[in-house]
Amino acid sequence: MERIIFYIFAAAIILFSLFSVTSTRILRAAIYLFLVLVSIAGLYFMLGYHFLGAVQLTVYAGGIVVLIIFSILLTEQIDSRMPAPKLGTMILSGAVAVIGATVSIFAITGHNFETTPETVNAGTVEKVGERLLSYGEGGYVLPFEVISVLLLAAMIGAIVIAKRPKSDEQTSE
Amino acid sequence: MYDFTDLVRSIHESLVASLSPGMAALVEWIIIGAIFLGFFALLGLVLVYVERKVCAFFQLRLGPMRVGFWGTAQTLADTLKLLLKEPIMNKRADKFLFNFAPFIIIISSLIVLSVTPFAPGLQAFDINIGLFFVIAISSIGVVGILLAGWASNNKYSLIGAMRSGAQIVSYELSVGLALMTMVVLTGSLQLSEIIASQADGWWIFKGHIPAFIAFVLFIVASTAEVNRGPFDLAEAESELTAGFHTEYSGMKFAFFFLAEFVNMFIVAVIAATVFLGGWMPFHIGGLDGFNQIMDFIPPILWFFGKVAFIIFLMMWFKWTFPRLRIDQLLTLEWKYLLPLNLMNIVLMAFVVYMGWYFGN
Repeated sequence: MERIIFYIFAAAIILFSLFSVTSTRILRAAIYLFLVLVSIAGLYFMLGYHFLGAVQLTVYAGGIVVLIIFSILLTEQIDSRMPAPKLGTMILSGAVAVIGATVSIFAITGHNFETTPETVNAGTVEKVGERLLSYGEGGYVLPFEVISVLLLAAMIGAIVIAKRPKSDEQTSE
Repeated sequence: MYDFTDLVRSIHESLVASLSPGMAALVEWIIIGAIFLGFFALLGLVLVYVERKVCAFFQLRLGPMRVGFWGTAQTLADTLKLLLKEPIMNKRADKFLFNFAPFIIIISSLIVLSVTPFAPGLQAFDINIGLFFVIAISSIGVVGILLAGWASNNKYSLIGAMRSGAQIVSYELSVGLALMTMVVLTGSLQLSEIIASQADGWWIFKGHIPAFIAFVLFIVASTAEVNRGPFDLAEAESELTAGFHTEYSGMKFAFFFLAEFVNMFIVAVIAATVFLGGWMPFHIGGLDGFNQIMDFIPPILWFFGKVAFIIFLMMWFKWTFPRLRIDQLLTLEWKYLLPLNLMNIVLMAFVVYMGWYFGN
């Protein structure tokens, strides 16, 4: 049963990824990307990584894709199609994709995965939280803080860019 | 006394005994899915009727009265009408996305419905990240609204979708933070554990001031998140005809309509579970006689009673307050609700750290 579900998810991921890169309508491409991300979340849920699955849904499917769709909504018309890429570009990107795929396949098949009979439950919220804020062995508090500073800087930058200059504001009102 | 665990287990065992394990699991999934789909449809019928009646009484009218006793069959008749209506397709719409959008919305609300703890032992999916799962799945519904608005190729729809996108993305934060405030208190995200921790009193009483602030913030923010009045700018009839679902007709329109009511139910379920103890009867620590009388009322009635109360509260909002403007809406979230929420979460952390809440 689990195997069947895995193959359904895997087929969905491959199929929608292909659709996503071949579609000439940009919003459809975004929606195929959305479906790929949701299918990956499905794989996480199947593996018992509930926390990671939910993060995948909120951050990628519910956050990044919504942002992409939002920007498409603001800039694109419903009839607009992207022009088909040039032959040279297609060959180049195809070659890059094939190289990437071969490298990953070699890495995965070459690695000897050890299986344990015990069920590993590393994805619980408690464990993730403790790891994230611990400064001991294997703790992630430094990357966590650094990333929050980065996000804060990005946010301030966005506000500064979006804010109108003072003189502009007075004339417009 | 009113525990469903034995019933569920006996059904499970009889299925396992007569079928292979794989088939038994499949049959169970199908049964649960069918029950939820049926419940989903029933919920839509009942809530639409209740909404129309509540609205009518607030406006000193009688509301639907003709079909059935006190108009109770009105929504059935409406459903029949919607089923028979022609699905009209906009000529220059993006057909695939246009047809796909209602399903995203309805699937996301159906998945969230699966975690509902109806009564002891009666919960389909007791996932250990419960509340986070609810927040995660409900953040997907907005994709459907944005798609519906864009694929209709209609200016009103697009404006409605943009409004709704801005609204949901911002109010999601407040919903999440208000729930996180309560998680500081409950110490768990799992819905069954949250309910179990309220056996000696509901969190809204045990957590006193910060819990009450969180409750108010949650109700306001989640009313906005499910696009209900006074925050229904996405479908503001008087300005945008019907907002993002202007071009939809027949059953596809009914999907949006149904999803709105089911989302309202889900919000009420989460509020009832986190703040009002879910199916847990009203208990006062120390008064054993009183507690035992309260235990005689079945948990499922407690659950639906609390949910009905919150739904009534949200309908009350809708028919009392005038609709906000989009700038007022965003000001409310970013300048009032969000800072309040952040302050409240610090206050709650302090209260829990000092042990200044009841029942510890």
